[in-house]
Amino acid sequence: MTKPPVLSFTENGIYCAAGDFFIDPWRRVDRALITHGHSDHARWGMGSYLATHKALPVMRHRLGDITADGIAFGETRRIGDANVSFHPAGHVPGSAQIRVEVAGEVWVASGDYKVVDDGLSDPFTPIKCHHFITESTFGLPVFRWADQASVAAQINAWWAACAAAGKTAFLGAYALGKAQRLLTMLDPQIGPILTHTATENTNQVMREQGILLPSTLCANADLKPKDHPGAIVLAPPSALGSAWAKKFGPQETAFASGWMAIRGVRRRRAGDRGFIISDHADWDGLLSAIKETEAENIYVTHGYTDVFSRYLNSNGWNAQVVPTQFEGESLDKDAAE
Amino acid sequence: MKRFAKLFNTIDQSTKTNVKVAALASYFKDASDEDRLWTIALFSGRRPKRAVTTTKLREWAADRSAIPLWLFEESYSIVGDLAETIALVLPQNTTQTDQSLSDWIAALRAVYAQDEDARKAFVLDAWDQLGGAERFIFNKLITGGFRVGVSQKLMTRALSRATDKPEAELAHRLMGNWHPDDTTWHALVEADDASADASRPYPFYLAYGLEDTPQDLGDPADWRAEWKWDGIRGQLILRDAQYFVWSRGEELMTDRFPELARALDYLPGGTVLDGELLVWPSDQSTPSSFNALQARIGRKTVPKKLLAEAPVILHAYDLLEWQGRDLRDTPFATRRDLLEKACADLPADAPIRLSPQLDFETWDDLAALRADARNAQAEGVMLKRSQSPYLAGRKKGDWWKWKLDPLTIDAVMIYAQSGSGRRANLFTDFTFAVWNGNDLVPFTKAYSGLTDAEFRQITAWVRKNTLERFGPVRKVTPHHVFEIAFEGIQRSTRHKSGVALRFPRMLRWRQDKPLQEANTLADLEEILRIYG
Repeated sequence: MTKPPVLSFTENGIYCAAGDFFIDPWRRVDRALITHGHSDHARWGMGSYLATHKALPVMRHRLGDITADGIAFGETRRIGDANVSFHPAGHVPGSAQIRVEVAGEVWVASGDYKVVDDGLSDPFTPIKCHHFITESTFGLPVFRWADQASVAAQINAWWAACAAAGKTAFLGAYALGKAQRLLTMLDPQIGPILTHTATENTNQVMREQGILLPSTLCANADLKPKDHPGAIVLAPPSALGSAWAKKFGPQETAFASGWMAIRGVRRRRAGDRGFIISDHADWDGLLSAIKETEAENIYVTHGYTDVFSRYLNSNGWNAQVVPTQFEGESLDKDAAE
Repeated sequence: MKRFAKLFNTIDQSTKTNVKVAALASYFKDASDEDRLWTIALFSGRRPKRAVTTTKLREWAADRSAIPLWLFEESYSIVGDLAETIALVLPQNTTQTDQSLSDWIAALRAVYAQDEDARKAFVLDAWDQLGGAERFIFNKLITGGFRVGVSQKLMTRALSRATDKPEAELAHRLMGNWHPDDTTWHALVEADDASADASRPYPFYLAYGLEDTPQDLGDPADWRAEWKWDGIRGQLILRDAQYFVWSRGEELMTDRFPELARALDYLPGGTVLDGELLVWPSDQSTPSSFNALQARIGRKTVPKKLLAEAPVILHAYDLLEWQGRDLRDTPFATRRDLLEKACADLPADAPIRLSPQLDFETWDDLAALRADARNAQAEGVMLKRSQSPYLAGRKKGDWWKWKLDPLTIDAVMIYAQSGSGRRANLFTDFTFAVWNGNDLVPFTKAYSGLTDAEFRQITAWVRKNTLERFGPVRKVTPHHVFEIAFEGIQRSTRHKSGVALRFPRMLRWRQDKPLQEANTLADLEEILRIYG
């Protein structure tokens, strides 16, 4: 009898037979290990959850009353016959790659990740393994991110120009992760920073767990836009152009996403500006991360999976596409993130 | 190039017409003559003579980026634009340059005469000196096709603001066959006597679609009606003993329609006709279907056999110039009278025919005629106000097209493919099938007709309901029924289902309709029997 693989891909999600648990499952299971709080990875209805201490507050906020246990980065826990540890994925605060070792064989499920340090999340740490499960949201060589400081300069210049023209600057970004990263990039000298309720709720959760964020004002029903000239408003993409946003009068809108690298997507969204910034690894980031794992076997779960795995195969890796329900970065669905 | 790149970015990043016009007008006011002439040229689809083939560009770009060519091609298919793909895959530029737009164009012209090695060195060097938008623009200078959302109307408005000349005059000046290599800013835009080039067409007047019935248009006696033909719009110019054929997209198509040369035998110089190009063999009482015309449009030179099998005529419905005089300000009724006189003596085999007017007294009469349009191989009727001048562009009020309702069939989505360019992250291209017993037989693809919100919804569904993958194509669970609208149907040996549809699109997502109630191949055959 051949022994089962350490991790296998089932219709419920990524499964570890030795420890009888799932990683980021999309159907209800008894035991779920969660890489991070985005809704395509942390779903409702699991018997129990295990995630990093830093990821848990947002998960509790989003999923309500769950049975959950926290773990520190680098701490090893024995689950069944598996040794499990969580390591920084650099995607959003608290996000982890999950290392699973069974009888000397090491697998790493990386969830979503980026390799650059955003100053907010624990930076990505490469983990040596035999089998590496990777995303490929931006797995094409047309995606290459500029450094964070130069994007910050672009955003602040745009905001300052909006303020000078008497317009409110609306910046569309996910409520969890991207919004807080952008907050740290904004220059508060330019004007007040307002936030959509969904964004502010997440800010609040993070502040309470000790993450330092610049001060913001929640743009709820009580806020009078006229009292805050020259403001920038951070909001989920779906809120841009809504009745709520229209109350702010003359405004410009921008999106902050890796997809903004493609001119066609920028034009489809019909925003005034697009800033290229993503919490997913770009082409070079994916390749460097994979190289550093020293893994021979690569499983590509979401994004440009076919192209990316073909490239890996033609460069000496043993790569295959694994269909999953992870969505990567989506411009079109706030919940996905 | 920095100045032009800034203009380009401003236009590209804005969705507001005012912002675009202001940016262009300020550029037209003070850029150098060469730069502004080239700017008009580039934004109206003209480009420098191609110094490098796109095949070579792809090879060099892949090579310089250290990626295999297939990966470059895959990236291109997602990005949807060659110039942009190249700009994105290349490594960062290491130097900078202050050369202007026209400097770069002059450099491209100079390199044109050199051998391939020199051209390659030039292009690689340019890529290394230009970053971001400038690199993209440089590539566009070679590949053409800026498509930046500057319509002719927008450009003439900006030019008018910069030069104080009327928009209509500028629109006419910019039409036709000019190229920056053969003219100057002064001659094109400013000179008093813009010595009218014999081939220069008039801007086309385009009709709006009538949403409802024509009841609201007032007294039927004020209106003229004719069939709306299913061909392509064309302008035939007879001047200086030469003929020119222009498409609505401002493409000179003279060589494709050699049979129209005989128009010179029957009509005097100084004549410009507006009409429909149709394939219409003399032994048929109605024109051939659009498919027959498509075979002709695709050929730059026409073999004799095709010329005999699929002869093209201009079905004339308006007269824009007569005896060298511009008639566009004359009322339609008067132009029509003159047109009828001009066509009165045409022999039956002339390549020009007069498109007849439809007799009607009430709107109900016209509705009855319209219902019969398919029998005349027409797509509906056109309504033109008797007193209307010939305007430029799409204007509401005087001209309306009242098309037939499309044919429709309810079909099941079975394959999905992601789009490119502006739809790069959405599934937008679908294959549809009808029932044949318990099998689903694919019969058409469609990729338009849904709202962005619906595309997002279906994209999320496709991700979760993929059965199999064939490269970019995903086989999905048969579940969703869509109402497919189309304009015509033909027997086809190239399609598994045996039919080919004209202009299929998704009319409605029938979320109310169960899978089993989609139409059948027999239903499709029946539509073919009636309308094919």
